[in-house]
This record gives sequence, structure tokens and C-alpha cells, in this order.
Amino acid sequence: MNEIKVDTRDDACPMPADVRVDCRGETCPVPLVEVRKALRRASPGDVVEVLGTHPASKKEIPMAVEALGLELLSVEGTDTDWTIRIRC
Amino acid sequence: MEAQAEERVTIVLHSGDMDKVYSALIIANGALAMGMQASIYFTFWGLQRLQKGGLEKGPLSKMNFLGLGKWMVKQRMKKANVASLERLLQDFKELGGRIIACEMTMEIMGIPRGELREDLIDEYGAVGSYIREARDSSITLFI
Repeated sequence: MNEIKVDTRDDACPMPADVRVDCRGETCPVPLVEVRKALRRASPGDVVEVLGTHPASKKEIPMAVEALGLELLSVEGTDTDWTIRIRC
Repeated sequence: MEAQAEERVTIVLHSGDMDKVYSALIIANGALAMGMQASIYFTFWGLQRLQKGGLEKGPLSKMNFLGLGKWMVKQRMKKANVASLERLLQDFKELGGRIIACEMTMEIMGIPRGELREDLIDEYGAVGSYIREARDSSITLFI
């Protein structure tokens, strides 16, 4: 009989996103602005997932998250195709 | 949650040139997105951009070539998917940005309130309003 293993580490079981922001193809300052709009609408504890392709925003959205005192969960992908997850 | 919500950027938009209006709105929207407060004082040529139908009418600050340069830049911006000034202005308002119209400019240029986009304007002010706000701002710019 096969042994069933359940991995409960955070990185292996990412929490589903409550809010998704797709700003692929958008350029400065739209990704930053759209993230801010989504964060304003989200409830505390919500996970906001952002998809984008604008290289500078991959660096700047985490800066905004820090400035807003929120939690950056992950930054994944390449500079031109990335996913950022934030907890409100 | 918004630890530094009281930090503030105050911009005087004196120019009505398209590229400079972009600069003002992009900086202001960036500030709002990063949790700051933002105000833009529209004065002189900048105020003309608040006239009904006037937002996109500004020339390029350099190499406008009677509109040809502006047309070329707009084509490039379209290709790069740059947001329109109208969208940036709507985002600015949605994120809580404030718009102040300079009353002296309105007088000098003979622009009554009815010719301006009054729905966007939070205040009609003068230098005193600007100074009061700028002295408490960590960033203030004259564009």
C-alpha cells in the first residue's frame, strides 16, 4: 500500500488568493495603482495575487507593500512575467 | 494598516504641456499607491487642462512641431500601452487625491467655474492653501 504524505508547509500549500489583479501588459504607473485599488477593497487577512509583465513594478510593488505595512508573501517568475502575493 | 497614511506630496502643476501633466499625475498616483496623501494645485497653463475637454489638449514641452511631435509621441505611447491622462486622473481621484484650482488664474484667464470640470475639483484656492499644505508635506514639486 502506498503511503500518503501530506506536505503542509506554506510554500507547498499556498493559500488561495481572495483577490486577483491582472495587470499583464500594463505599464507605469498602472500596476502600482491597480494593486493599491485592490488592497483598499480587500479585507484584513485577504490574500491579493497580482500578475504582471512590467519589470519595474516587480520591484516597486514590494516597496509599496512595505510602505503600507502589509505582508509580502511571495514574488515569483521572471522580470517580464511575474506573480506577487500580498496579505492585507 | 496604513502606517504612514499622513505622509503627503503636494504638486503645483503650472505647465499645461502634455508630457508634464503626465509627470504630475504619474508621480501623484505613485505616491497614493504607496500610501501617501497627494494634492495637485492646477495653476496657469496647468489649469487649462481642467477645462472641459481640455485634458489631452496640451502640446509637448519640446519638439511639438505644431502637433506633429505630439502625434508621434502619442503613437509611441499607444504602442507601449501607456494609460491616458483621463484614466490617470480618474485613478488619482479614486485613490483619494485632491485637486485644487487656482482662483487667481481663473480670474486672469477669464475662466469661470462653469468652464472647469467642477466634479473633480475639491477646492478653489490660492497660495495660502498651497503653503499650508506644502509645509506639512515631505515632497513638494513645481512642474
